[in-house]
Amino acid sequence: MTERPSPPWVDLSIHTDLVRRILVDFIRTEITRAGFQRAVVGVSGGVDSALVCFLTAEALGPENVLALRMPYRTSSPESLEHAQLVIEKTGVQSRTVDITPMVDAYLERYAPDADQVRRGNVMARTRMIVLYDHSAAFRGLVVGTGNKTEILLGYTTLYGDAAYAINPIGDLYKTQVWQLAEAVGVPQVIVNKAPSADLWVGQTDEGELGFSYRLADQILYRLVDERYTPEEVVALGFPPEVVQAIVERVRRNHYKRIMPPIAKLSHRTVGYDFLYLRDWGTG
Amino acid sequence: MPFTIALVQFQTRLGDVQVNLERHLEWIRRAREQGADLVVFPELSLTGYLVQDLVPTVARKPRPDDPAFGPLLEASKEVDLVVGFVEEDRRSRFFNSAAYLSRGQVVHVHRKVYLPTYGMFDEGRFFAWGDRVSAFDTRFGRFGMLICEDFWHVSPPYLLWLDGADVMLFPTASPGRGIVPASAQLGVARWVENVVQAYAGLFTVFTAFANRVGFEDGIHFWGGSALYGPDGTLLVQAPYHEPSMTLYQVDLRDLHRARARLPLLRDERTSLFQRELARILEQRGLPKAPRL
Repeated sequence: MTERPSPPWVDLSIHTDLVRRILVDFIRTEITRAGFQRAVVGVSGGVDSALVCFLTAEALGPENVLALRMPYRTSSPESLEHAQLVIEKTGVQSRTVDITPMVDAYLERYAPDADQVRRGNVMARTRMIVLYDHSAAFRGLVVGTGNKTEILLGYTTLYGDAAYAINPIGDLYKTQVWQLAEAVGVPQVIVNKAPSADLWVGQTDEGELGFSYRLADQILYRLVDERYTPEEVVALGFPPEVVQAIVERVRRNHYKRIMPPIAKLSHRTVGYDFLYLRDWGTG
Repeated sequence: MPFTIALVQFQTRLGDVQVNLERHLEWIRRAREQGADLVVFPELSLTGYLVQDLVPTVARKPRPDDPAFGPLLEASKEVDLVVGFVEEDRRSRFFNSAAYLSRGQVVHVHRKVYLPTYGMFDEGRFFAWGDRVSAFDTRFGRFGMLICEDFWHVSPPYLLWLDGADVMLFPTASPGRGIVPASAQLGVARWVENVVQAYAGLFTVFTAFANRVGFEDGIHFWGGSALYGPDGTLLVQAPYHEPSMTLYQVDLRDLHRARARLPLLRDERTSLFQRELARILEQRGLPKAPRL
């Protein structure tokens, strides 16, 4: 067996002051021009939602941000503690909504045999219901917490964590989220821990995906940003099975990234030739 | 004669010409207070950039009876103006245009020639292509205007140079992008600044771009409007990301000084260029651009 060359890694570091400036402006501008002053963020205890909570607090002032902790009975107590750390460090308003009664009422009665993935999706979508209800009650927009890596991999629940009004970090790879989180003051214990959706006990993202985020980011950057072909990425020395798995995930999950197709019948159809920005008439 | 140029970068309201007109008039009032003789606004400053299907709704004719151009032409009696707008011609073709207004008259309209239609850009879908690059005389000197993508191509500034433009004004709406490799300056900002600065030095002219700020959906415009002198130096630059007005007193005698030292214009071999271009297009069988 021939030895593969070790692949050349791209330095994905960002200038954190620049990116922070743009993202804070983005949150403030896009929320206020939609007629709101406030925001709602689901804070899980993980680094993505921690970063978004910090950025949103900076953009709107902590008093205008509602952080929601939404544990399920199997959620790790550590997640709840880390979420509390974010709330205390940013000074945002907060509320804890235990989703166990909502989730279990459904699962026990209608889906007792549901596997882990179905249960996880029910939890993610229950959290979406809680977030959007508080969006109305608090009069704040839901700020999304999905990063570029998980959006591209489709490692999200459609209409669950993938549901939000705006997303400040969706064009940052996980590696860059870590760097920016550290720069804005997210506690080290959150930045350094293993990423987990915490949908079942012992779950880790990297264990479930089968590859590390740092490796995935390198491969995605080559494929997506630099438009290498999968063969060219493998030729650089990246593991072929990981490249293939990522290419397949990106393609198979594209439906999660676009609006559902509408069957075209008329001359002007929403989604095809009725083209306006969301910011139409504002600004 | 020295004159004071003001480069304005601001947030437009997408698709609302009336509100944007009011913002123009307010900036013009402030520019007058600070002694400006010429105010340059960014690309599509009357409409916002990503107008898409709003194009026919926001389109204007640059005439005194137009509700937006009426007040702008009136304001131009006091101070010269460059404004960006969607232009509708007599046969209802829509252009991404910039108008130079002075003394109550429309002095010149440039229709964007290069409509970026790739990546995040879709201008070719919504706009007609401009088909002219020409310099024009102002009360200060001979100027030229290009819009954003026009100056990513080397030939339009070159044509303006040969047509006598000593001051090149580039209204721009440049979406911010490029965070890797890490730098305090976005990748696209570095590129725009390098290019606009290079034209100043290569052509021994003044070049300036006025770039949007603010957001349209997730797209952010980075500002950083700048003016360069005929020896290629940066004369003044606006802050990145923030609404601002940046003023500079232009001394056109700098043209004399730069060209006395560096006679690039004197030595330019235009007939050689013309002959060789004709030969290349003829003999090499290069695909002729559709509107060449």
